[in-house]
Amino acid sequence: MIAILLRELRLSLRHGADTLAALLFFVLAASLFPLAIGPAPETLGRIAPGIVWVCALLAALLPLDRLFGADLEDGSLDQLLLGGLPTAAIALAKAAAHWLATGLPLLLAAAPLAIMLRMPSEAIPALLAGLLPGTLLLSLLGTTGAAIVLGARRGGVLLPLLVLPLTTPVLIFGVAAADAAAGGLSARPHLLLLTAMLAGALPLCPLAAGAALRGAAE
Amino acid sequence: MLKAEGLAAFRGERLVFAGLSFAVPVGGALVLAGPNGSGKSTLLRVLAGLCRAEAGELLWDGRAAMADPYEHARRVAYIGHQDAVKPGLTVAENLAFYQCFRTGAATSPHTALAHLGLAELADLPARMLSAGQKRRLALSRLAIGDAPLWLLDEPTLGLDSVALTRFGTMLQAHRDRGGIVVAATHVPLPMDAVGELRLS
Repeated sequence: MIAILLRELRLSLRHGADTLAALLFFVLAASLFPLAIGPAPETLGRIAPGIVWVCALLAALLPLDRLFGADLEDGSLDQLLLGGLPTAAIALAKAAAHWLATGLPLLLAAAPLAIMLRMPSEAIPALLAGLLPGTLLLSLLGTTGAAIVLGARRGGVLLPLLVLPLTTPVLIFGVAAADAAAGGLSARPHLLLLTAMLAGALPLCPLAAGAALRGAAE
Repeated sequence: MLKAEGLAAFRGERLVFAGLSFAVPVGGALVLAGPNGSGKSTLLRVLAGLCRAEAGELLWDGRAAMADPYEHARRVAYIGHQDAVKPGLTVAENLAFYQCFRTGAATSPHTALAHLGLAELADLPARMLSAGQKRRLALSRLAIGDAPLWLLDEPTLGLDSVALTRFGTMLQAHRDRGGIVVAATHVPLPMDAVGELRLS
């Protein structure tokens, strides 16, 4: 499993442009909001958590259709399935690689972006604390979606339609945590709910993705 | 030994074969012949456990092979149509990755590459390889493990005559160790004493 993870990371380093694309999309898309809405701190600061979250969500979707697609096309998926590992372990390794290559950079870029969007400084720790389980959830749900649409015609179009509805609870509680902190309330209940969702997704998503992978190989 | 009894498989909605029975003894080889679309590749995928057989049973040494799919997967070395070569990795890295799956394999990637004359290309990125060299890299995956069942789909596609001879040596050595080869092909393979199964 660690071998799969290391190989994925090595491949994302070799294809650095693809890996950076998601991060650059995140920064660029979020930078468009001050241009469109105007730089007034009270408006911008009010909607900043929503901007960061929505942009992170969309950016995390970008690398998903190649996550298993490349392996299906070049035959590596067959070899992975014959490696003697449970399919859920393959899916979990892929999700971990997606988080390390996409989720973690997004998390790191979120703080400077939030400052740029004039987010109240007391809300930034809550935003980041929400994004940590949030990006992990996006990787797990995204991996499941990518495995399910694998082999489907126009899977790249289908993928957001499948994954985005699943991620709405993550978005709602993630933004609510940052909003609560900005309003002087405790972000704790929202963060706990996010963590609870993560605890549920961690075993369930790899199982679902693993079953989908086996189906795609047939 | 490998034994199949009454195998049947669907590809999508279409029944590609049914009632297929054969046996390959230890050290034996079976060549699957038949026109395009006759189910050679599907049969190989069924034997590998990648596709489900709709009917019939697959026996390994007299026991149901698919009773433990993970154990069966460790028995199998499958070379499909595609080479499963990652262009971003070097030749040796491509091979080393698959070595992690093979427990108890003592062959180093470099030794495995030498079997097919790729040793001097080991540190080259795989995107620089020609189609035939990629095929040789895929075939050298056979040499890193000690899987007893080799399932080969058109293994000699794009190989030159030198590589073909080297591949013949690999096949013979595998069979001498008691390994089994099942191959789908249209051209004669560099090995002797093979059984033939004709699909229609």
